[in-house]
Amino acid sequence: METPYAIEMVNITKRFPGIIANDNITLQLKRGEIHALLGENGAGKSTLMSVLFGLYQAEEGVIKKDGKEVKINNPNDANDLGIGMVHQHFKLVQCFTVLENIILGVESTKNGVLQMDEARAKVKALSEKYGVQVDPDAKIEDITVGMQQRTEILKMLFRDNEILIFDEPTAVLTPQEIEELMEIMKNLRAEGKSILFITHKLNEIKAVADRVTVLRRGKYIGTVDVADTSKEEMSRMMVGRDVNMVVDKQPAKPGKTILKIENMTVASKMHSNNAVKNVNMEVHEGEIVCIAGIDGNGQTEFVYGLTGMEPLVEGKITLCGEDITNDSIRQRSKILSHIPEDRHKHGLVLDYPLEYNMVLQRYYQPEFTSGAGFLKRKEIREYSERLEAEYDVRSGQGPITIARAMSGGNQQKAIIAREIDKDHKLLIAVQPTRGLDVGAIEGVHKNLIAERDNGRAVLLISLELEEVMNVPDRILVMYEGEIVGELDPKKTTVEELGLYMAGAKRNAVVNADTSEIEESEAIDATTGRKEEA
Amino acid sequence: MKEKKFSLKNPSLQSILTSLICIVLGLLIGYIVLLMINPAGAGTAIKTILLNFLSRSSQAAQMKALGNTLAKTAPLLMCALSICFCYKVGLFNIGAPGQYEAGACIGLYAALAWHMNWVLCLVFAALAGAVVGSISGALKAYRNVNEVISGIMLNWIMLYLTNMVLSSKKVKDPASPYTIKLATGNKSALIPSAGLNKLFSNNTTVTIAIPLAIIAAIIIWMILAKTKFGYELKATGYNKEAAKYAGMKEKKNIIVTLAIGGALAGMGAAFLFLTGYQEWSTTQTSVPGMGFNGIAATFLGGLHPIGTIFASFFIQSITDGGALINKSIYPSQISDLISSIIIYLCGFVLFFKYVINNWISKRDKGGPNVNDVPVAAADAKKEGGDK
Repeated sequence: METPYAIEMVNITKRFPGIIANDNITLQLKRGEIHALLGENGAGKSTLMSVLFGLYQAEEGVIKKDGKEVKINNPNDANDLGIGMVHQHFKLVQCFTVLENIILGVESTKNGVLQMDEARAKVKALSEKYGVQVDPDAKIEDITVGMQQRTEILKMLFRDNEILIFDEPTAVLTPQEIEELMEIMKNLRAEGKSILFITHKLNEIKAVADRVTVLRRGKYIGTVDVADTSKEEMSRMMVGRDVNMVVDKQPAKPGKTILKIENMTVASKMHSNNAVKNVNMEVHEGEIVCIAGIDGNGQTEFVYGLTGMEPLVEGKITLCGEDITNDSIRQRSKILSHIPEDRHKHGLVLDYPLEYNMVLQRYYQPEFTSGAGFLKRKEIREYSERLEAEYDVRSGQGPITIARAMSGGNQQKAIIAREIDKDHKLLIAVQPTRGLDVGAIEGVHKNLIAERDNGRAVLLISLELEEVMNVPDRILVMYEGEIVGELDPKKTTVEELGLYMAGAKRNAVVNADTSEIEESEAIDATTGRKEEA
Repeated sequence: MKEKKFSLKNPSLQSILTSLICIVLGLLIGYIVLLMINPAGAGTAIKTILLNFLSRSSQAAQMKALGNTLAKTAPLLMCALSICFCYKVGLFNIGAPGQYEAGACIGLYAALAWHMNWVLCLVFAALAGAVVGSISGALKAYRNVNEVISGIMLNWIMLYLTNMVLSSKKVKDPASPYTIKLATGNKSALIPSAGLNKLFSNNTTVTIAIPLAIIAAIIIWMILAKTKFGYELKATGYNKEAAKYAGMKEKKNIIVTLAIGGALAGMGAAFLFLTGYQEWSTTQTSVPGMGFNGIAATFLGGLHPIGTIFASFFIQSITDGGALINKSIYPSQISDLISSIIIYLCGFVLFFKYVINNWISKRDKGGPNVNDVPVAAADAKKEGGDK
């Protein structure tokens, strides 16, 4: 009996210490369809794909190819089954040409000499058949991100893969490139390839996908036909109808301006254009302002510019009335606390013990270093013990635990403890709940609200819709490096926020009329419906 | 049993254990090579290498030979400290020989041409090393030039520069390619013995350089383990991005680190040439091995400043011991060959550490067989040894 499914993942469960990344998830990919996998950050999409690709082994569940159960122990097994993947971060050799990258690993040789002509002909044929335009002789380092992605696609096609996985392929593309990619995906479908499309952009799902499977917090929510489902319904499935994360907070009492940013422009490391373009904003004491947006829309560079890790191309930053535009990171850190986006890259020295990490921003202060330059180890130990107790940071051996050996949640708690405990007027929290479980997220949110209530200014940068809706007092939406809208979380809906984040709506200053309308909508926001009230 | 399991995970014990494995393996392979060349003398030869000074007949001769080994341990230890210090900050200071050459160059020039006393000569040697080190540092910090590349190139540049400078009439013995002996050229430049020579059968090359080098090791250890400065440098070495995030000047830290490493290597040269142990040959065409042996001493010493003291002594001892092998049975190159094999194996410390940790983590995953641990541990060690 012929099954319509090219690949099936049935009842997959994958646990990590302290968290169930995939809880009984079923995903069935039909032959010749584009199947979207939708979910917020941390919903378990990447884990599920890693299981399919053989990078992780599931504790429970089976994978079937054409109805037959298969074991995928490593990526080579996946390749043998015809599964190919375009990773979010491309895996290309920068100094090789497009053609060399495509054949890498499957080169045909004759007496040890590469047979390029054959490969070239095949690449040319594939590129015409599917409408994937590349210049086979251009070096990767010289071509656009879009063409690099097409090289990745050709890599899969060259290996005759039948099941193609695209992991958030549009995150790094320009709108035009996205359109081209959508065309290519449609061509691939027309030629009988099966595509798994991982994303959290609803517009794109609407544009190309046939069916969509939604994950939330590691759980399987459902699989629906895209044609019969509205964007609002999909987003409700993704975010969850019952917002069990209602954050308990009083209305904000904003005071005087703490942070003022004028015309901030920051260069991009990936593209030649600027990642942050002409941003103007203010944060007051006693309020939480959230910068919402889809990953890769300039938030990272914005924070780098603000904290002094990257120079500004243009603009002025005023903190507590002082111009800090040209101040060093150390100078800024005296009144500014920063919970960084990447806790392993920036937030911690992983090979240092916890106690040393607790004083990472303060080790030089007289409290922890004697006049002669010796560390006051006893004071550091006591300080670390106090923070661990106050912020419930758990570790195997207390202050002497090597940071690397701690769980992600506790690492994050340690960073938060450090940044909140030190003197500051402004707290910048970049994705502070990334990768944390529900309990830990709640704790982090309480910390942020307490900060606000203590009269600090809090700038939250978040990708999580739920967090954006519940924690801040004001939302600024960043799209392609610009602030495209200011929203009041009490008066807006997830759907509207999503439209701003996807760049479909734009409103630099919210005018009074629309907020009136939004207020009436807000009543229905609990049902998730954005119908006329 | 529990204790054994715990102790294997203990990093300092692991370091000592892996160093010992390396030494045993090195000796074993050395022994096999000796067997292959001439089985008759192999046992005696490997014994001679190991015993070094102890293989001398009289106690007086033994002490004198020990004195020589110690005198050469001091410069080796300084080079090892140079590499160890930089390594802790994430930099591989393979430029130590070049910094050492610069120290020899300026140290000897100050002694013989400027007639300075030993303290000033030592300071100049250290400064010269620091300057050469900071060249690599600046290139790394501002131009992202790999310190290994710039270090190796500077090794050769400094070699020939030193040959050139020390060929000057003021410092070179006109009758030989060597610099003038300090005993005749400038006695005040000789590092004083302070009575230490008496302990070693009046070996005049035994000077306070030896205790000074050990003090340097302790100071380096203190800096790395106990000071704010060391905290910053290590943080930069472990995670440059986090150091930057914490407001440290990571570029400055890189330059300062290599400058300090250079100063240590430069002082190392002074600790050899200012004892009168030997003179600089202005016709030499190879980079002195001292700096390279420092790499082996660093790794054998478990990348710990105090560990390098013992490792340096061991390496110097087998090098000297190798020179005592019976030359009528073995070709004269054999001594260098055997000691290089052992030194080479010393570089495998990190590899064995990896093997042990890998094995531990595998065993931990393995689950219930905790009781078999000590036996399994012994087996694993044997297996490693057989390879």
